[in-house]
Amino acid sequence: MQGDKTNVAFVAQNEKPALPAPVTTTGPMGWVMANLFSSPLNVLLTLIAGFMLVYSLPDLYQWAIAKAVWSASSYDECRSLSPDGACWAVVSERAGQFTYGFYPEHLRWRPNLAFLLLLVAIAPVLYKLPYRSALLAFTAIYPLIAYLLIWGGLFGFEFVPSDKMGGFLLTMIIGCTGISFSLPIGVMLALGRNSNMIFIKTICVGFIEFIRGVPLITLLFVASTLLNYFLPKGWDFDLILRVLIMVTLFASAYMAEVIRGGLAALPRGQYEAADALGLNYFQSMRLIILPQALKISIPGIVNTFIGLFKDTTLVSIIGLFDPLGIIQPILADPNWNGLVVELYVFVAAFFFIFCFAMSRYSMYLEGKLSTGDHR
Amino acid sequence: MAQKILPAALVGILGMVAATTTQASTLEDVKARGMLHCAVSTGLAGFSFIDDKGEYRGFDVDYCRAVAAAVLGDPTKVKFTPTTGKTRFTALSSGEVDLLSRNTTWTFSRDVDLKFSFAGVSYYDGQGFMVPKSLGVESALELDGATVCIQTGTTTEANLADYFRANNMSYEPVPVEKNSEARQNYLAEACDVYTTDASGLAASRATFDKPDEHIILPEIISKEPLGPLVNQGDEQWADIARWTLNVLVEAEEKGITQANVEEMAKTATSPEIRRLLGAEGELGSKIGLPNDYVVQVIKATGNYGEIFARNLGEDTKIGLARGLNAQWTDGGLLYAQPYR
Repeated sequence: MQGDKTNVAFVAQNEKPALPAPVTTTGPMGWVMANLFSSPLNVLLTLIAGFMLVYSLPDLYQWAIAKAVWSASSYDECRSLSPDGACWAVVSERAGQFTYGFYPEHLRWRPNLAFLLLLVAIAPVLYKLPYRSALLAFTAIYPLIAYLLIWGGLFGFEFVPSDKMGGFLLTMIIGCTGISFSLPIGVMLALGRNSNMIFIKTICVGFIEFIRGVPLITLLFVASTLLNYFLPKGWDFDLILRVLIMVTLFASAYMAEVIRGGLAALPRGQYEAADALGLNYFQSMRLIILPQALKISIPGIVNTFIGLFKDTTLVSIIGLFDPLGIIQPILADPNWNGLVVELYVFVAAFFFIFCFAMSRYSMYLEGKLSTGDHR
Repeated sequence: MAQKILPAALVGILGMVAATTTQASTLEDVKARGMLHCAVSTGLAGFSFIDDKGEYRGFDVDYCRAVAAAVLGDPTKVKFTPTTGKTRFTALSSGEVDLLSRNTTWTFSRDVDLKFSFAGVSYYDGQGFMVPKSLGVESALELDGATVCIQTGTTTEANLADYFRANNMSYEPVPVEKNSEARQNYLAEACDVYTTDASGLAASRATFDKPDEHIILPEIISKEPLGPLVNQGDEQWADIARWTLNVLVEAEEKGITQANVEEMAKTATSPEIRRLLGAEGELGSKIGLPNDYVVQVIKATGNYGEIFARNLGEDTKIGLARGLNAQWTDGGLLYAQPYR
């Protein structure tokens, strides 16, 4: 036993290198195991979903891309080129109408410029940029600039009547106006509803409950038809303006309730602390209450925005040519009669892109503002 | 500030209301404005659609242009207001438009209850049925137990129920909202039968991949006289709408076309034609229009037959035969009142 060197107990000099984790818990395999096959039910669901994808995707690809026709002047021409592919030609042929409605072609740079300036105007609101206060001043006057560019009629800009506007231009006009005006009005309504002053409180509650109790489409009908009965004949109160007012009022009422939710979620102590600091009502709201309440309400606010943006398609029912409304006269054109799916898919894609972007931005904002909540 | 603006605005509005109670006639309004306001459909194949230049075109649209040519001498001076089935009547009765030309069926209640005046019938339509040939049906009376695609909230829905009840048959409705939806359902064989106005059936069938495999059954189960209408109470304006339609029909009967109207105004010898074209008499002026307004109308849009052929006729994709809409001399129902 004594000379048996091999029998000396092994002493580890350093740590044993760690074995790689089992393949089933890391890497792509681990992701698949954790997310797709973690329980019998998930295995079943994964298999069903996978089967449906394999079953439908190739056909969808064939229809939407491989066999699709991108340029033709009529539905018949599409069919003769490719009998069972999508006919995207209608979208490219009518791209102008989809984008601007009937806005005069030689003036289309004006809405284009308005759109570019819109990006400039919302950038400082969405992100922290250098020279923010100067940019925000631009944002504040942007509505006037946009009005001047789109409608014109002043400073040598040719006037374009509202009935020439349609397509995505109309969606953007209604959506952006509704979104940017409903937030401040909504904040005021929410504060008014929480107010101790009985008169203001009654007005706000009455307004909110009335608007919430009525479907948007009813308000649009009031805007498009009933108002005409009350206004004297010959008073041409612009239809788009009427719709803008109704959509903004509608969104404001919902916004007010979302923000009231944020206000109610704040602990009582925050209000008392603000009072204890000797701040007056407006100071305490601006510095203490609203920043916190709005942060809590972000998901709800963005949710209302997305809903509002999609609700703009309701104006097609009162005969405005938003992207959904303009499909009707295109379908009635004998050249394109019989084509349906392509147009709706196109409009759906447009709305998806915008709404998805809004939803991602809201997630980014929540992440950015919730730093204080991580401990 | 706000307290002072509101009462001032209210007083202003009331003042306007008071001022407009003594309003001018529609004709004077249109002339003053230099623009005819005309309501059309948001889109119906052949009747009203928008081409790739953004121009309105179609059968209903051409009638609006004819009225504009009569009143203002220029068929382009029209502001079209697209209306849906739900907004059309309020648009007219509220005065937002001067004229509604939107394949509207002339019925008692619309004429009397809603206080409109129909200017006449521009298109005689009727509700029909379309079935696939493979169904082996030759007559609507064999449709007992069929599933029927039907647009909700239209007169066709009530007509269908009446027809099946009168013939002791049963059916299963597949309610749809729009024509395009009905077409999809019908082609996907979600229903055996598709029913709507016969012109609409023909227009839909023309767009099928295999139109020959579908037939329109011979039974027409309802009367759908479609025509333009104006508000009650302004007889002069109603007369203008009525006689614009009449002269379009009369011009076809007398063989006056877009191409030869100017020539005929100068050289025609028939007193009827000379009266119609304003070469003789003062008939145009009596209605408050230029004496040669008929020349302007025909020059702008052509006669009834030309409008029909251009938008709905057998050479178009819609491919409708004149049928009931032929001149009375050809066995149809078009019979313009004498122009004298």
